[in-house]
Amino acid sequence: MANLSLTKVKMPEQDPNVRNKNFDEVALGYTEEMAKEEATRCLNCKNRPCVSGCPVNVRIPDFIAQVVEGNYEEAYKIITSTNCLPAVCGRVCTQETQCESKCVRGMKGESVGIGRLERFVADYHMAHSKELIEKAEDNGHKVAVIGSGPAGLTCAGDLARLGYKVTIFEAFHKAGGVLVYGIPEFRLPKAIVQKEVDHLQALGVEVRTNFVIGKTLTIDEIFAEGYEAVFIGSGAGLPSFMGIEGESLVGVYSANEYLTRVNLMKAYSDKYDTPIRKSSAVAVVGGGNVAMDAARTAKRLGAEHVYIVYRRSEEEMPARAEEVHHAKEEGIEFLCLNNPTRILGSETGEVSSLEVISMELGEPDASGRRRPVAIAGSEHELTVDTVIMALGTSPNPLIRSTTEGLEANPKGGLIADETMATSRPGVFAGGDAVTGAATVILAMGAGKKAAASIDKYIKEKGSYQKIF
Amino acid sequence: MFKIVAKRQLNEAVTLMEIEAPYIAKKAKAGQFIIFRVDEYGERIPLTIADTDPEKGTVTIIFQAVGTSTRTLAQMNEGDAILDFVGPLGNATEIEGYKNVCVVGGGVGCAIAYPSAKALHKAGAHVDMIAGFRNKDIVILEDEMRAVSDNLYVTTDDGSYGEKGFVTNKLQALIDAGNKYDLVIAIGPIPMMKFLAEVTRPYGIKTLVSLNPIMIDGTGMCGGCRVTVGGKIRFACVDGPDFDGHEVDFDELMRRNSYYKAQERESANHECRIIKAGKAAEAAADALKTGLDTAASFTKEEK
Repeated sequence: MANLSLTKVKMPEQDPNVRNKNFDEVALGYTEEMAKEEATRCLNCKNRPCVSGCPVNVRIPDFIAQVVEGNYEEAYKIITSTNCLPAVCGRVCTQETQCESKCVRGMKGESVGIGRLERFVADYHMAHSKELIEKAEDNGHKVAVIGSGPAGLTCAGDLARLGYKVTIFEAFHKAGGVLVYGIPEFRLPKAIVQKEVDHLQALGVEVRTNFVIGKTLTIDEIFAEGYEAVFIGSGAGLPSFMGIEGESLVGVYSANEYLTRVNLMKAYSDKYDTPIRKSSAVAVVGGGNVAMDAARTAKRLGAEHVYIVYRRSEEEMPARAEEVHHAKEEGIEFLCLNNPTRILGSETGEVSSLEVISMELGEPDASGRRRPVAIAGSEHELTVDTVIMALGTSPNPLIRSTTEGLEANPKGGLIADETMATSRPGVFAGGDAVTGAATVILAMGAGKKAAASIDKYIKEKGSYQKIF
Repeated sequence: MFKIVAKRQLNEAVTLMEIEAPYIAKKAKAGQFIIFRVDEYGERIPLTIADTDPEKGTVTIIFQAVGTSTRTLAQMNEGDAILDFVGPLGNATEIEGYKNVCVVGGGVGCAIAYPSAKALHKAGAHVDMIAGFRNKDIVILEDEMRAVSDNLYVTTDDGSYGEKGFVTNKLQALIDAGNKYDLVIAIGPIPMMKFLAEVTRPYGIKTLVSLNPIMIDGTGMCGGCRVTVGGKIRFACVDGPDFDGHEVDFDELMRRNSYYKAQERESANHECRIIKAGKAAEAAADALKTGLDTAASFTKEEK
């Protein structure tokens, strides 16, 4: 008999007023009892709408059925047969717009907590499993993956399972891409990312850090080294600014820089040399997940006031509802329908305030959202000493500008077809490098699709024969 | 890990190291830079490449110990290894098509000016070089610079070596003497580059400066290295590090580079990792005194 509760089993969390002063994980994860109880809410529908909502096709009802039975390792095997990063996905995937949005239980009440269950299974496995990882039989073919973010890790994992010898080239000193430099520790502990990377290495994937493709090596040189195909998952690039006065004042950061200093370079820890501004009032400009991450990070670093400045209304905010909710609980102040007009500085060139103008919503624009329109004469000043711009990014030029025959769209994103193939034979691309800033799970989906296409490409081009 | 295969002290505060990095050695061109991270707790510090030996697979860096990471690096020895070393980053200095060039280096900036002069000289240009230092004791790379230039003019602020005066005076004198340069390259402390660009502006001589803003990834992701050039935001790591000196907002750059000054001082005060290891804090104090000679070390190392 299914559990008919209309709501998900509540996720245990750190108290908002405690957690907004530390970098420990906010959501604490289900216990076995909670997981089993939540798992019994799944109706095990025949047509499995949830699976169709998952970019990496996790067989959701099957793994949940194993959780009900307490067969957590079995559940783990089912998840990892299609998703090589379950502990990451269980935490940061936007399930509410993917699998959970299709869940039948969601028509009346809340959907099954698929993400929470996925996280439980992955964490259980990490804590309990001593099983040795089975390496696929080497098929003797080499594939290069550029970037070790969610797209690259997924692509590498899938190819390694098929027996390919995969090398990941990572520009930073640490693997994980946005999972280590962008998403904060309190949402995704870096030890979890490291474990997922370790797992891939155990599968035979080689990770070469400190390699900037387009600089240290070009795509052509990668082919010359004997790689038969390349997947580009280099992620998003240059941070966008508004083009308003004062953006180069001391105290203005891009969210990328702010988050990288804190997450990758661990500025929050005294042990590390990385400096970060000690702010007392911070304005974060933008309404996406990155803006929420930056705001919550600033709060944890001790800022008394942290404002989200967003030009539309909260309804249009692209951030996950859960993140907005968490941010509010932690004391982040939301100033919606406000748009920055200039940043004012002191004599020494440091930020002293942010001038914003009030907005109102007009007719729907191209995105279908109501267009924000400035209310003339409504400028007012917000006293802040730090401004963080979280306005998205434009694609990185390094690979495109050093690779002949690689086509890009007018915005600079690489062009890839539905198989993730680019205009250059043997070169595939996916994730933010193609789409511009998007989500972890969409990047993973692209990485997965590319892995299948690369396998097909190498087999079809005739060179494929099991070498060993 | 990247092995230090050679180390040489150029003056009390400036160190030369050859690092084993074969991929970078094969690729690097004059004007490009690397980023190193000395150990797990260190920052990512950009340094312009001073020289390479593709055969040996080594990259030469020259740096002044001014911040935590460069101080730690300066204490390391041949045979030790640096945790991270990545590059070559940024664009190479334009060297094609110039006939008569003046390359100006200030202090440790000479370490960056040297490879540019070398590349131009090799490309067949007539190269005059002006190398300015505060005093005789900190003169570096004199023989090397002499070997890659047609004329080398050394100046010192106090007149203790070479000609007394600033590099700006010398460049003005050379222009006044009738030298027709089609390119001036200026590399050194920000004020030096700023004033040098003012010397060439009235004559319309193309003037390239190599900028050293705060940077983290060096690949066009963090946006920390943005500089205003010709009224537009440019990113030194992917658009530079060389820019038109007549267009750069140097005052803004100077403010942005002093971003973490106070914190760095604090960090130097309770920098226990180094002091515990019994390593010289004195060298650091001396380095601070040498003031402006910081062109080769950026990030919060900039003083």
